[in-house]
Amino acid sequence: MEELLRKSAKEQSEAVRNKEVSAIELTKASLDRIKSIDDKLGAFNSLTEEIALNTAKKVDEKLAKGEELPLLAGVPLALKDNMNLIGSKTTASSKILENFVSPYNATVTEKLLTNLVPIVGKANLDEFAMGSSNENSAFKKVHNPWNLNKVPGGSSGGSAAAVASCESALALGSDTGGSIRLPASFCGIVGMKPTYGIVSRYGLIAFASSLDQIGPFARTVEDAAMLLEVIAGYDKHDSTSLNRPVENYTAHLNNDIKGKKVGVIKELMGEGLSDDVRKAIENAIETYKSLGAEIVEISLPNIKYSIGIYYILATAECSSNLARFDGVKYGHRTENAQNLLEMYCKTRAEGFGDEVKRRIMLGTYALSSGYYDAYYKKAQQMRRLVTEDFVKAFKQADILVSATCPNTAFDLGSKANDPLAMYLTDIATISANLAGIPGMSVPAGFDKDGMPIGLQILAPQLGEAALFNFGYKFEQEHDYYKKQPKI
Amino acid sequence: MESLRDKYEVVIGLEVHAQLKTKSKIFAPDSTEFGSEQNTHISAITLGMPGVLPVLNKEVVNMGILTGLALNCTIPPRCKFDRKQYFYPDLPKGYQISQYDEPICVNGYLEIKGKKIGITRAHLEEDAGKLVHAGAAGLAGSSYSLVDLNRAGTPLLEIVSEPDMRSSEEARMYMEELRNIVRYIGVCDGNLEEGSMRCDANISIMPKGSKEFGTRAEIKNVNSFSALQRAIEYEIDRQIEIVEEGGKVVQETRLWDDNARETRSMRGKEDAHDYRYFPEPDLMPLEISREWVENIRKTMPELPSQKRARYMGLGLSEYDASVIVEQMPLAIFFDKVLELGATPKIAVNFIMGEIAAYLKEEKLEITDTKLSPENLAELIQLIEKAVISNNIGKQIIIDMMKDGEKASTIVEKKGLSQITDESAIKEIVKKVVEANAQQVEAYKNGKTQLFGFFVGQVMKETKGRANPQTVNALLKEILG
Amino acid sequence: MITIKDVEHVAKLARLELTEEEKEKFTGQLGAVLEYVNQMNEVDTSNVEPMAHAIDFSNVMREDEVYYEQTKEELMANAPYEENGFFRVPKIN
Repeated sequence: MEELLRKSAKEQSEAVRNKEVSAIELTKASLDRIKSIDDKLGAFNSLTEEIALNTAKKVDEKLAKGEELPLLAGVPLALKDNMNLIGSKTTASSKILENFVSPYNATVTEKLLTNLVPIVGKANLDEFAMGSSNENSAFKKVHNPWNLNKVPGGSSGGSAAAVASCESALALGSDTGGSIRLPASFCGIVGMKPTYGIVSRYGLIAFASSLDQIGPFARTVEDAAMLLEVIAGYDKHDSTSLNRPVENYTAHLNNDIKGKKVGVIKELMGEGLSDDVRKAIENAIETYKSLGAEIVEISLPNIKYSIGIYYILATAECSSNLARFDGVKYGHRTENAQNLLEMYCKTRAEGFGDEVKRRIMLGTYALSSGYYDAYYKKAQQMRRLVTEDFVKAFKQADILVSATCPNTAFDLGSKANDPLAMYLTDIATISANLAGIPGMSVPAGFDKDGMPIGLQILAPQLGEAALFNFGYKFEQEHDYYKKQPKI
Repeated sequence: MESLRDKYEVVIGLEVHAQLKTKSKIFAPDSTEFGSEQNTHISAITLGMPGVLPVLNKEVVNMGILTGLALNCTIPPRCKFDRKQYFYPDLPKGYQISQYDEPICVNGYLEIKGKKIGITRAHLEEDAGKLVHAGAAGLAGSSYSLVDLNRAGTPLLEIVSEPDMRSSEEARMYMEELRNIVRYIGVCDGNLEEGSMRCDANISIMPKGSKEFGTRAEIKNVNSFSALQRAIEYEIDRQIEIVEEGGKVVQETRLWDDNARETRSMRGKEDAHDYRYFPEPDLMPLEISREWVENIRKTMPELPSQKRARYMGLGLSEYDASVIVEQMPLAIFFDKVLELGATPKIAVNFIMGEIAAYLKEEKLEITDTKLSPENLAELIQLIEKAVISNNIGKQIIIDMMKDGEKASTIVEKKGLSQITDESAIKEIVKKVVEANAQQVEAYKNGKTQLFGFFVGQVMKETKGRANPQTVNALLKEILG
Repeated sequence: MITIKDVEHVAKLARLELTEEEKEKFTGQLGAVLEYVNQMNEVDTSNVEPMAHAIDFSNVMREDEVYYEQTKEELMANAPYEENGFFRVPKIN
């Protein structure tokens, strides 16, 4: 059964469909594997066995009746623990929601349930999705399956580790400044963030509303495309949801890319890339050349401001989004308050971790009286400049590429000691959220220590088809995606 | 204080929150129904659960536009929502979704007795929940509080006036007319006591003739029109006293206490709020086309000012017209009666006369009685056709309100039709004259006011049914 | 320059009780924001429209219909302190 767990989601769904294995057997196998290895990884905050087995049962019943199965029915999936699922705790890896039980389903959850995808558990994350190494979870750290002493990346570290270690074939994560792409890169799997508005945010615990998007993790590009098809679509519960039909994302994976233009982002190829990463990206560029694409150099002159912009916008929005955690209606409430003010201040001090407090303080400051024009409005204006750089770039190239991260996964506790590398990581991924464009990280090789390297592909808004096409073509030219950590 | 008042001018601006009468809330689908058991009209969205998102109710926008048009506002082509941030237990998300710098309506006015009071802006926002304080009469001294979020998310239109009012009377008239308008266009119940309309007053004083406004104080917790007037009067005196003694009026929020009849400072109870406004990222902006505005304009019902003018055009006095318009159920009733062809003058007499008196005594609205517009119209018709006299009409209207019977039915049942037969009346007149020889003597000797006595006696004999004109004529003939 | 008083003010606005250590730490960190802002001020944005949303569209609205997707019990289940169907909070000063 472990062999089947190591196969792609597509293969697993076919095995179920062809009755080579029952959905119950497959889901049980996934749950067993999690129970046997997850204390090494820390990828899951909780398991949702009953829900998963109920779903699997429905799949088997449908099969017994000879009915058609929906896409990805029966394939186990890990749900990042900032997405609501009735009957599960949704904690955002925070003490302030440690015992919060979801009273409603996120829209993506509804879609998974309708598609009979068994949700095996809630995946660990950096608290409230704030962090890039999954060391900020209030409960436990997540370990990289390729090397347990290293970080998996964040904030969707649990989701990435679950998929990389074959605990589940699929996972959902959320990406506000790179939180899907970075862990995908560190864990050697595919992770992608769609165009803003393609996937409903209803039920995703908000971090930065104008930047957050939910996206798929998988071990192959095709699997990721299928999962996106399941979760994408217009949602009347989300006013920022795009009102357009769901595309068939798997339809054009193998399209010829001859004559297409691949743009290399100049500002992300400079100092700070480790040798192994640089080599891997250069090889990737060569791969595209060999497939007939034309390589162009692209400059995004305002990309360096991404961090400052993000610092202000994301923290401002999150300081507002987290104001609802006040101990009144749900969540943790302090036992030490004599009056309302104390209740607020102590509840939030007790419930939030350091990184969350830091961002709330920064965001509150950025919005405070007298600073709006100079900070928030300025950042929104700069955001438009960054976005316009991309618009111009996509007139010269069909997709853009860069390293997802200039390094591979660093050691737990080391806080990536290279500030320049951290900086390059940030601006590579953040800029896509600012512009609302889709981005994907695909496995692009390994460093001399065997740690995965990720290639980031970016496409214009609504350019998912191109993203999957270029991702698939690259993936199929190499065996990187076939390698799995020994765990 | 009276002579001191002459030295100063008072400047008043009013901020009114009107609850819009939609079925569901502004950003959530739970009901806006009032008066239900605590926390029964709530949703995940209303409670600000982690992960929820707001979705705008189209009808709220339509009502906002309609109100803006009724207040002669411009509806800008674009508006948007912003977050207004502060912590309070009745505010589940820790912010209120409101409109800061791009509101739905700007630059309007309403008229009171020919004077235009400017309206700076009107904007949409969501209401907060309710707090019940336990262990004391109110907030001060209570040992804990209970939160009911039924009201949280109810749509509000905040209407801000220019500081154009110069007396408590003008402020009151503004409020009354605003209330009339929102009721007539059907967007708000306009009930200060119930809280469907709330009023805060900004009051300042300046030396008479000055061009520079003084520092203003904001007065909250005004729960009736008369309380508004009282609060303003109190505040004027308070501010004059401060200035006269050489002090400076402090810009602050004060609470009106209608029992103690004074305003009290709220300073120190709450820090100056830093609302940290920023555009609401979860909602998209509104582009309001001119076509949309015009389509709404076409649905505009008759406004109070138009109704008053129409009534006066029909011969009503300004006073009668105003009184009827002031009570919307009455005006709606009156309009129906007119539609059915009744003579306005007669209808007004009944409505302002017997009906008004009955309603006042029984403390009822006209819709609480069993009188239908059709029945009143029929009654009036009977009078116009001289089937019954006006006096009989006055007699039976009370029964009509109590029992809902048609006038014609009552007339037939009780045999109340008008006696117009001259000879029959003559008989009775003769009889009365003969029976009251003393009064006849007195009348002939100059006590002409006794004529009414004779009329009364004839009416008593005929149980009010005799045609008054005929009675008068015959009496004159016989008495000489 | 950001001072401890500034930090205390922001902490009050954010309803966060901070230790003295945390106040010191944040004094430095809030200052870092200023650096990023200074950097952004290198660029003239006087004619640039602020970008509030990733994608441009407008007029997203729903019909005025009442419906309930959760019951009162489901919604009150996570209440830290419920009394008689209310949420109970300590005295408001």
